[in-house]
Amino acid sequence: MNDTNSVVSIKDVKKAFGKNVVLDGINLEVSRGQVVVICGRSGSGKSTLLRCIDQLESIDSGEIRAAGHLMGFKEFNTKLVPLKDAAIAKQQRDIGMVFQNFNLFPHVSVLENIMLAPMKILKRKKSEVENEALALLERVGLPDKKNAYPRQLSGGQQQRIAIARALAMKPKLMLFDEPTSALDPEMISEVLDVMIDLSKAGMTMIVVTHEMGFARAAADRVILMHDAKIVEDAAPRDFFEKPRSEHTRLFLSKILQH
Amino acid sequence: MSWSWPYFFDYMNNGLMLRGVWVTIWLSIISMTIGLGLGIFAALMKMYGNPAVRFISEFYIWLFRGTPILIQLVIIYTGLPQLGIRFNVIESCILGLALNEGAYLAEIIRSGIMSVDKGQEDASRAVGMNWRERMWLVILPQATRTIIPPLGNQFNGMLKTTSLCSVISMQELMRSAQMIAQIEFRVLEAYCIAALWYLLLVSIWGLIQTRIEAHYEKPFGSQEAVSNSEK
Ligand SMILES: Nc1ncnc2c1ncn2[C@@H]1O[C@H](COP(=O)(O)OP(=O)(O)OP(=O)(O)O)[C@@H](O)[C@H]1O
Ligand SMILES: [Mg+2]
Repeated sequence: MNDTNSVVSIKDVKKAFGKNVVLDGINLEVSRGQVVVICGRSGSGKSTLLRCIDQLESIDSGEIRAAGHLMGFKEFNTKLVPLKDAAIAKQQRDIGMVFQNFNLFPHVSVLENIMLAPMKILKRKKSEVENEALALLERVGLPDKKNAYPRQLSGGQQQRIAIARALAMKPKLMLFDEPTSALDPEMISEVLDVMIDLSKAGMTMIVVTHEMGFARAAADRVILMHDAKIVEDAAPRDFFEKPRSEHTRLFLSKILQH
Repeated sequence: MSWSWPYFFDYMNNGLMLRGVWVTIWLSIISMTIGLGLGIFAALMKMYGNPAVRFISEFYIWLFRGTPILIQLVIIYTGLPQLGIRFNVIESCILGLALNEGAYLAEIIRSGIMSVDKGQEDASRAVGMNWRERMWLVILPQATRTIIPPLGNQFNGMLKTTSLCSVISMQELMRSAQMIAQIEFRVLEAYCIAALWYLLLVSIWGLIQTRIEAHYEKPFGSQEAVSNSEK
């Protein structure tokens, strides 16, 4: 990466599921500390883009650099060689991901959810990891839930724990895939507040969401995806007030009707 | 010859019979443990292996589920020596029981793994776990919850299946009963005692199984159940 400030650099990425083209030549640069919000109608490829950045899906062509890694490949004599599972796992440690359905580990307690990866994967000392985990619980406002199991928590609480779990690996980049769309309305703000704090602390974030309030409050850029392409990429103000793409105008009019 | 209570009580704490009980217990535990290892291995091979590996696993499961355990035991103990492969009685029993059990457990474990939510794989990848870490730290521990009840039933079956080893002269509970029955031809008394012992072993296991199930169910229980048990 030439630009040391660049945390994500995506060049001409293509991805199809069978004949269904889901990412059609995506280019995207995100620099350190930026918060980028992605929106777009269902099926436009938002989740797939995030999953490709974190290598939960592989790409067909193009390249993705994220958190200092050429994701899924290594360079060998100017050729790109696909990486094996274990090497991809190492790259993934530097990227945190938060899912719509939280996906906490249901068989262990909240504290163990946060400590599992740093302890078992990074093989760090338990006392040290535990102190950090407790600090993270404090940060997401749930210090008294450390011994609870995920099933005992509300959706909003589970999502805040999921954020803490991702942060425990000290990622350089956080990806959020509709973190609030599975939540009851009264719980949405507790999760967004944590995310806004995180952005203020300087975390680089890509957030797929339709919470336009969050986009206005925390985003540096708002992107609209339409039919596997990025059709708008603008500062929030411009995105909402003078969108260039017809698709954005249509999208905004639909959102505002709700 | 009618039913005789004195013989019945005499056989109850007969040394030969008690030794048979003990053999049945450890034979079951050892065979089950090895069978569990085989089952996990075969299940993972079938689910994640390349086509060749998958074929080996499927062939193994097909072969050992498709033939009677009795024939498997007899082939291992009395048939294989013909090819120069010799196992003693104990080895043959453990091998036969474990191989047979592994084939059944493989399918149970496979469906347990498939019952784990797909999102768990995503989440464990996202924190940077490789395949082995995902399996041992996230997927298998959760599959355990689904696997434990049928696994318990398999062990219940194992306690009784060991009786087939008497055919290749393993001195477990069934064989002990046969030997005692032959001394005074008190056949009914001897086999009734053996049957009672099996009942007792299976019942004790039933109690243990309930506790194990409750343990693995704990994180998934109702909110009240969990918080109460934590007090
Ligand atoms: N694993 C998969 N296999 C096949 N097709 C898939 C897979 N994942 C996604 N797709 C398809 O790719 C397209 C884009 O899906 P994606 O989930 O990226 O959209 P999205 O923008 O996140 O939509 P939503 O707002 O509904 O979450 C859809 O047509 C979807 O059906
Ligand atoms: Mg999506």
